[in-house]
Amino acid sequence: MAKESSFKNMVITLLVITLISSALLGGVYELTKDAIAAVKIRKINNGISNVLPAFDNNPSENVHKKFIDGDTVYVYTATKDEKIVGSAVQTFTNTGYGGKIVMMVGFLTNGEINKIDVISHSETPGLGDKIEPKKTDFNVQFNGKNPKDYKLAIRKEGGDVDAMSGSTVSSKAFCDAVARAYKVFREDIMKDQGKWDDVSGATQQKK
Amino acid sequence: MEYILLLIAAIFVNNVLLSQFLGICPFLGVSNKVTTSMGMGGAVVFVLTISSIATYLIQYFILVPLKIEYMQTIIFILVIATLVQMVEIILKKVSPTLYQALGIFLPLIVTNCAVLGIALLSIQNKYDLAKTTVFSLASGIGFALALVLFAGLREQLELSSNVPKSMKGTPIALIVAGLLAMAFMGFSGVVKL
Amino acid sequence: MMKKRIQIILRGIFKENPAFVLLLGMCPTLATTSSAINGLSMGLATTFTLMLSNLTISLISKLIPNKVRIPSYIIIIASFVTVIDLLMAGFLPDIHSQLGIFIPLITVNCIVFARAESFASKNGALDSISDGLGIGLGFTLALTALGFVRELLGAYSIFGYKLNGITFLESLPSDGIIIFILAPGAFIALAYLIVLFNMLKNKLIKNN
Repeated sequence: MAKESSFKNMVITLLVITLISSALLGGVYELTKDAIAAVKIRKINNGISNVLPAFDNNPSENVHKKFIDGDTVYVYTATKDEKIVGSAVQTFTNTGYGGKIVMMVGFLTNGEINKIDVISHSETPGLGDKIEPKKTDFNVQFNGKNPKDYKLAIRKEGGDVDAMSGSTVSSKAFCDAVARAYKVFREDIMKDQGKWDDVSGATQQKK
Repeated sequence: MEYILLLIAAIFVNNVLLSQFLGICPFLGVSNKVTTSMGMGGAVVFVLTISSIATYLIQYFILVPLKIEYMQTIIFILVIATLVQMVEIILKKVSPTLYQALGIFLPLIVTNCAVLGIALLSIQNKYDLAKTTVFSLASGIGFALALVLFAGLREQLELSSNVPKSMKGTPIALIVAGLLAMAFMGFSGVVKL
Repeated sequence: MMKKRIQIILRGIFKENPAFVLLLGMCPTLATTSSAINGLSMGLATTFTLMLSNLTISLISKLIPNKVRIPSYIIIIASFVTVIDLLMAGFLPDIHSQLGIFIPLITVNCIVFARAESFASKNGALDSISDGLGIGLGFTLALTALGFVRELLGAYSIFGYKLNGITFLESLPSDGIIIFILAPGAFIALAYLIVLFNMLKNKLIKNN
């Protein structure tokens, strides 16, 4: 059956196998590198287009990062015909029932929430996972609201958000993530008032 | 405080065995007796912690600088296999009593997916070295805890004669594991990371 | 010859079904079967690894010195797993993110190593591929069945399609017996599937 083992042939065998498999892996890596990178960009752009009106730039290239509360919030700004249509903010919260929730919140130029999408979470199926837009209308209630005069907290705590029954923790966590997104958006993006007012005027005219 | 939360979350809330399903093979295989399960549990805590630290160092000081992160799986499994061998040899020399207790379980650990799984998860969750250490130690403890509890239940099960014939052996053990997993679900929401 | 190979394939699916009879590879069996599609994809990824590693090892096992047999097998298996991991990340990104770390963990799936050691190293190339295919399909079948049951009970859907128009289901308060999607349900559903499988097998043996 198998060959007798001597020091020389053991070392040679392992060396040859390692070399061949490294070469194979290197080759496959080169082959799939571009596809994997493209998938990453497509995922981000898809996430952005889920929460913002139509745009024609590549927002994943136009990113603003902010380190806050132990993790990073990403702001992608989308434009159409050189005009800003809004920003998609990838935000997070650590206070979900099952830990971290990552979401994408789309803000229009005047600070109004356009749409919200949930990227990843580990909330309890059937209860907390109702934060997903395809499951219930919970997160639809945020659409069209402007956090300037819409308090991002559940009603029990004096806010304006209707909590999901049986999932107070997840509802609160959701509000926390949206509030974090708004904070970064307001402080880092909207402060550039001149630019934003200009553009928001343009969008309002369209309406 | 953060570390204590991480510790509790990894032991109870996200128990490796009962909620992440890592290391099920030894869970079903070496859980007939409480004493052997303790040996296995101890060996896993030990190997899991040192191999997570080793793979952390390799990831950030070798793979990332050389841009060969795609070699992760193959390098990690080799490191774990080598490490287990070394631990076995060192233990034999340094502490024969400990070797007697853990020795026969060490070779089995190489194919315990909890070890590779936790190493990969620590990297995926972007933990730093301190967090990796706490996380892997806690996961090991969680593994040992679930294993010993399960072994205790199975010992009782052996004595019972009411189990239907076609349920005997693995099926009833799986049901017990399911009930244990339900009990551990009660911990979820206790700690938030 | 052909008949023998078919027998090898069938043996892997039925008599030596890895998940139901040999109880190998339990981690992915329990972890990736919250839906039928996930179970199916995991099974197929494992099948490809098994066929590739069985083929390679049957071809070169005579060249490998006995003492470095195990490390050699580990390197070979881990390489193929990484290849599949990269390919899936590039071309099947949705499934790849669903299965998560359980793709690299195919490396330590006991089935792959057990077949390399106990079958591929002692048999010819074609027999070894057949064995990989049979065991892989058996595994896939088991995972898909388990995923099917869990999805049906836990989310009232079949391969991702919700069961609509059934008055009985619509009268229920929630849209699924959630426990079956969660961890405990995995253990319990698997237990009952094994019982069913054993009863079926015993019946067939009696009839023969």
